[in-house]
Amino acid sequence: MGTGLEWAWLLIALPLVSGAVLLIGGRRTDRWGHLLGVATPLASFAIGVYLFARMLGLPPEERHHDVSLFSWIPVGSFQVDVGLLLDPLAICFVLLITGVGSLIHIYSVGYMADDPDRRRFFGYLNLFVAAMLLLVLADNFLVLYVGWEGVGLASYLLIGFWYYKPSAAVAAKKAFIVNRVGDFGLSVAIMIMFTTFGTVSFGPIFDNVDAAGTGVVTAIGLLLLLGATGKSAQLPLQSWLLDAMEGPTPVSALIHAATMVTAGVYLVVRAGPIFEAAPQAQLAVAIVGAATALFGAIIGCGKDDIKKALAASTMSQIGYMHLAAGLGPAGYAFAIAHLLAHGFFKAGLFLGAGSVMHAMKDEVDMRRYGGLARVMPVTFVTFGFGYLAIVGFPGLSGYFTKDAIIEATFAFGGTAGTLLGAAALLGALLTAFYMSRVMFMTFFGDRRWADGVHPHESPRVMTWPMIALAVGSVAAGAVFTLGGRMVTFLESAVGAPEEHHAFNPFTPIGLATLAAMVLGAVIAWTSFGRRPVPSTAPKGSFVTVAARRDLYGDAVNESVFMRPGQWLTRTLVFFDNRGVDGLVNTLAAFVGGTSGRVRRLQTGFVRSYAMAMFVGAVAVVAALLLVRL
Amino acid sequence: MSVLFWLLAVASVAAALGMIFSRRAVYSALMLAVVMLSLAVLYAVQDAPFLAFVQVIVYTGAVLMLFLFVLMLVGVDSSDSLVETLRGQRFAATVAALGFVLLLAVGVGNAALGDVAGLAGANAGGNLQAVAGLIFTRYVFAFEVTSALLITAALAAMVLAHRERRHPKLSQKELAKQRFLGPHPTPLPPPGVYARHNAVDMPARLPDGSPAELSVSPVISRREPERREEIEEGEKQ
Amino acid sequence: MTPINLIVLSFVLFTIGAVGVLVRRNAIVMFMCVELMLNAANLAFVTFARMHGNLDGQIAAFFVMVVAAAEVVVGLAIIVSIFRTRRTASVDDANLLKY
Repeated sequence: MGTGLEWAWLLIALPLVSGAVLLIGGRRTDRWGHLLGVATPLASFAIGVYLFARMLGLPPEERHHDVSLFSWIPVGSFQVDVGLLLDPLAICFVLLITGVGSLIHIYSVGYMADDPDRRRFFGYLNLFVAAMLLLVLADNFLVLYVGWEGVGLASYLLIGFWYYKPSAAVAAKKAFIVNRVGDFGLSVAIMIMFTTFGTVSFGPIFDNVDAAGTGVVTAIGLLLLLGATGKSAQLPLQSWLLDAMEGPTPVSALIHAATMVTAGVYLVVRAGPIFEAAPQAQLAVAIVGAATALFGAIIGCGKDDIKKALAASTMSQIGYMHLAAGLGPAGYAFAIAHLLAHGFFKAGLFLGAGSVMHAMKDEVDMRRYGGLARVMPVTFVTFGFGYLAIVGFPGLSGYFTKDAIIEATFAFGGTAGTLLGAAALLGALLTAFYMSRVMFMTFFGDRRWADGVHPHESPRVMTWPMIALAVGSVAAGAVFTLGGRMVTFLESAVGAPEEHHAFNPFTPIGLATLAAMVLGAVIAWTSFGRRPVPSTAPKGSFVTVAARRDLYGDAVNESVFMRPGQWLTRTLVFFDNRGVDGLVNTLAAFVGGTSGRVRRLQTGFVRSYAMAMFVGAVAVVAALLLVRL
Repeated sequence: MSVLFWLLAVASVAAALGMIFSRRAVYSALMLAVVMLSLAVLYAVQDAPFLAFVQVIVYTGAVLMLFLFVLMLVGVDSSDSLVETLRGQRFAATVAALGFVLLLAVGVGNAALGDVAGLAGANAGGNLQAVAGLIFTRYVFAFEVTSALLITAALAAMVLAHRERRHPKLSQKELAKQRFLGPHPTPLPPPGVYARHNAVDMPARLPDGSPAELSVSPVISRREPERREEIEEGEKQ
Repeated sequence: MTPINLIVLSFVLFTIGAVGVLVRRNAIVMFMCVELMLNAANLAFVTFARMHGNLDGQIAAFFVMVVAAAEVVVGLAIIVSIFRTRRTASVDDANLLKY
């Protein structure tokens, strides 16, 4: 193995150190903090590119490098070393995280320019990037868990960045708590892995996974899936994602495109050998993915808040990735390809949305937008490319990656394959519909702006990252998919699919996908493009109302978990007060009451005390006489 | 000898009972003097002339005078109320006292007291010399400690009785000013005028028969008027 | 004048002093009663000295007198300072230190 790959630890250390400097340095670093905060992810990106180049120079079977750093927990048979695993899967994520992350950092310099706490914001962003890099570079589940928790913490801090807004504080708490549910699944899975395999390292576990019973492996797989649903906002732990829009828009871009939500997909793909040994768990992943893809798409159709519509679309797209990851080796490469492409166009869309909000004085209601295409040409064009990419316009990235997933799903075979494929196809139609809706309501039609709003194009520090991401949105899909590049590159890390399809858009399914996309866009045009959009939301049908209310996800959580939980705690508190405390209090009251009566003997009259002494003296004399006589 | 003992015994017990039952503290002090003098005589006849003189000089002469002095200082009120306020205190005291005396008597009666050795041998060179010899040899350490105790007690009495002066001392001129410009240019009424008692805590009577509070020194008039009325009523009956 | 008579006289005087302490409220009179108890003890000491034929009892009585003198000085000073602040010599009035 050549030199150079050992330097992988710098990837994590750079943003971590700069985050620490910014957060510990405090106000002294206010003036140059954002520059340091931008420089370190860029440096990490440069290192990532260098490592990627070194890796491409190696033959495929050697593209797997362990960097052992130090021994973390050496306790008897429980040995955990902190080590980094550098393989094609990890390097894909490294490039995505540092590349897209750096663009978002640059954009934030402009977006947060007026915020007095910009330095703190960059400190959190760096922490976020460092934690995510640790997550994808870990060579065992325990170190992965550290990164996993770090991501949760950083997301909490960033969503609640404007902590003085009650809604932001609540959203941050909600994200953290919902994530804890998923983290619980992951931690239990790690414990089961340790008791079953005696180690938490990837290699030994994946090698011995066949030796363990199917039941155990299925349990591990389902618990890992629980962890993945929490981080990736999949059903049933999806509720935090829409509220997470309370954070600053670059945070949304970072969470949705480069970090956080992709962690679940990474976990499922990384733990591929476990899922392959547990087909039920694998099918569960696919079902969860397909269900979430539809769920998110339906919510996206009902939202008037531009950020929430995009958030719903993230949920839906991550659902596609899980669907692909649940198909086994046949889908891993497509899941990762879609993830990378999604990283580009979703980051571009969010940055575009942020740019629009910036111009509209933080207005998020799309019914107050309209006709912005002429006012903000750069934003319009970059957003437009992102839009075309996500709906799958031929030639752009989403077209290649999403089509590949849908085809792989139908190729899965059986009833399950057909049903999942149909869901994915329906999802594609809905995606086209709600994204076209966003597009029409924002950039076309009448100007429904509020009074005193004068939109303008954003500064260059914000537009250049958007342009870079737009280029990525256009090109990424073709680069990854054509010629099976992604499949070949990831082969050594996640295994090869059984049969290898060259990309061919002219299959019946490919044509159906295209038709669905066109149909969705046309429906959107007839509803929102051709007719004027009312400034206030119409009442809408039952489905619209449900979508506006996140398909009652919060209501379900409230009635199923919160209310019974409150009843339970109230019962326990009652029992604690009356039962446990009652016993203790009764005892204390008894002692207190007794002493309250006994202390009445202390009258304060010195003659009473003298009397007690005299009587005592008589008693002593009597006792002496009794003994002597 | 026996006659003397019985005489002194009856006198001292009677004086002791008189002391605890007398309503006036001054009478109690005088009764105590009687007891102490009786005991001094009993010491003398028991070959303890040194102690007898110390008893007379120190106890009767100094300590008892100190009692009387403090009595005068805090004000000789005419009498104490003998009404018991603590419930059952007297009954319990009586029972305990009788039990105590009986128990001790039984104990002494059962003890083999033996013959009286007499102090003729010990006092051969004179009682005072013998006592001095013991004090300055065997008990010399205790004696020195006693001296330290006395000095400490004297200092303690000074500290306890000392009062800080919080205001500058008034000069003769200021006192005169205060007196003649105050509400009473005339002399204050002396105590006891038209009164039924000549005790200093009894206010004088004004011509209409009401008590003149000004006639009693503020140091002495510590009892509330109703209480004093009550005492006077008791005196009448 | 047998010793037993003197001892019993001492007991009686001691008990009378104790009763006085218990029933009188005036602090000065209480003090006098304490002195009476001390004197009764002294009488017993002197009598025992004569019984045993040595002077140790008389020495003990002498020390008792010295200590009693010191006690009276301090005790009366305390009474005076209490009287100064509370305007009373009754021990029942100084009963704040209680439950």
